[in-house]
Amino acid sequence: MTKPSLAVWKLASCDGCQLTLLDCEDELLTLPGVVSIAHFLEASSAVQPGPYDISLVEGSITTARDAERILKIREQSRILVTIGACATAGGIQALRNFGDIAEFTAAVYASPEYIDTLATSTPVAAHVPVDFELRGCPIDRRQLLEVLTAFLAGRKPGIPDTSVCTECKREGRTCVMVADGTPCLGPVTHAGCGALCPAQSRGCYGCFGPFSGANVPALAGQLRQCGMGDDAISRVFATFNAAAPGFADRSRDEPHQ
Amino acid sequence: MSHTSRNLVVSGLARVEGEGALRVTIRDGQVEQAELNIYEPPRFFEAFLRGRSYTEPPDITSRICGICPVAYQTSACNAIEQACGAKLDPPLAELRRLLYCGEWISSHALHIYLLHAPDFLGYPDAIAMAREHRDIVERGLALKKAGNAVMESLGGRAIHPVNVRVGGFYRVPGPSEFAPLADQLRRALELALETARWVATFDFPDLELRQDLLALHDPGRYPIERGTLATTGGLAFTPSEFPGHVTEQQVPHSTALHATLDGHHYLTGPLARYSLNSGSLPPAARQAAADAGLGPQCRNPFRSIVVRAVEIICAVEEALRIIDGYHRPDRPAVEVTPCAATGHGVSEAPRGLLYHRYELDGDGLIRSATIIPPTSQNLAVIENDLRRVIAAHLDQDDASLTALCERAIRNHDPCISCAAHFLTLSVSHR
Repeated sequence: MTKPSLAVWKLASCDGCQLTLLDCEDELLTLPGVVSIAHFLEASSAVQPGPYDISLVEGSITTARDAERILKIREQSRILVTIGACATAGGIQALRNFGDIAEFTAAVYASPEYIDTLATSTPVAAHVPVDFELRGCPIDRRQLLEVLTAFLAGRKPGIPDTSVCTECKREGRTCVMVADGTPCLGPVTHAGCGALCPAQSRGCYGCFGPFSGANVPALAGQLRQCGMGDDAISRVFATFNAAAPGFADRSRDEPHQ
Repeated sequence: MSHTSRNLVVSGLARVEGEGALRVTIRDGQVEQAELNIYEPPRFFEAFLRGRSYTEPPDITSRICGICPVAYQTSACNAIEQACGAKLDPPLAELRRLLYCGEWISSHALHIYLLHAPDFLGYPDAIAMAREHRDIVERGLALKKAGNAVMESLGGRAIHPVNVRVGGFYRVPGPSEFAPLADQLRRALELALETARWVATFDFPDLELRQDLLALHDPGRYPIERGTLATTGGLAFTPSEFPGHVTEQQVPHSTALHATLDGHHYLTGPLARYSLNSGSLPPAARQAAADAGLGPQCRNPFRSIVVRAVEIICAVEEALRIIDGYHRPDRPAVEVTPCAATGHGVSEAPRGLLYHRYELDGDGLIRSATIIPPTSQNLAVIENDLRRVIAAHLDQDDASLTALCERAIRNHDPCISCAAHFLTLSVSHR
């Protein structure tokens, strides 16, 4: 029996989510026993042609070229999994969606006429059907292994769509918002990191984006009670998942210069 | 004489961070064009940093690069703390260096074992290399894991650590928390020494950099998380003077902006750091450098893999020194009061100097931001290396010459994801 083939692709992103695969130091050398790594430019100059059984896609769509490219990637992939906040929500570069791209370009580049970019940064699922979206900025290593294992076994990945609070409680941590009055996005943020920030005496800053049951207006009231002003509240939602449904309404409130 | 033309094109460069392409044209035995094209999409960080709070750049700019997030966090903190006149308590400054050591160990181990060594040993990747040299690749992964363990232990996670803030940290570890890490690092020191002995046995093509080298200088110790600037040409200046010396220019033959230092091309990164600071290496790293045949300077980019191995030893030694002398600081962070001012911050990312500048208003909101990543500064030298390597090996067939060109690029561990947010992007259709 031939091994299923794996391809890893990069769009607009920081490389951190595909690096998560290379950060599986204990599992990396067992990977070739279960999959054939057919396309992973960051790690290998040996590239096999498609079709591929599983494609992992990092990054968002921000150029016409990538909008074309994702169609071809989808065509060649039996299963397409998007990994990380850029691929699943547009990433922090989606802050352009609330601003003026011409002004953004002029602010950064001396010769803006050379810049080939779209006015928006959009998730992969806005362009092609996606079989699974794994959240996080960056994604969690254990969750990545779970998703790969699940698709290789032909089962649904066991990735709970719940809040960071549930993980925090399970870890037995004291609530930073209740005990210390520290603003925390845990109640609205998708679980998966293991409640890392509260473990560092810090409020969650939402890098996994909203879970499906997020009640953002209720949390906003709570954040106000912690002493945050409206501008600051808008800013905390306008980061790595700014364009995600649930956070986007808040992000839009942010005053842009 | 008939005209001959050769074109070498690699549309997707492998084993580099980010998306780039190589284009070379040789006509009548002359290198007509040698370009490292960037097609990584721009992400506009400097634009959307405007209007953000002075507390936000460490988290936001770490997302420029998943390979060197600590470098972004550190240069951002350095710049904002300078603007606000804040100075870290010495134990907090040591912890900042410790976190950065973790990134050096991890990033350098990644580059040596997974990206660069396969070039020297003739494999497409480390997984293929592991079929014949499993113990070697396992050593590299163990070393990389030790670097990640430093960042996980102190930073909360290895990619985009969560425990860094302007002024220090959210939480500082208790004294016993570092004990398992110290054991892991002591084993890592052995692995790092073995790494240096291993890479020293590789064959290195001849190439001698002629350009000025620019690196940080931190009196008495190898520069990592702070310092002032120095060049091999004898120039010395402060981070605030950086914009007066380094300017970015558009060059007609390339789509990229190239940085110049007082009008000249220059190189940052391991070769520059080593050549300017080899006398400040801690003992084991200094001995390993001598054993590996490195002199006080190293100007052959192919040998950068040896310098990286020496720098891993340095980072492990420094991490152990900091952990061994660790007492829990009195407070996790110093107070930083925002004011209307401009701050400049520098640090040594694994692949070279990273400069940040922030202009704040009286409410602590960012009025403007400038970020100059190492790869943008190194692009001109990388292209220059390409021309010289090609000119010296014109007798090779296209496949070998292309492979050599890719190696010449990988020598500098370019991070195209970092570079992209400020490089111009245009696709030439010819």
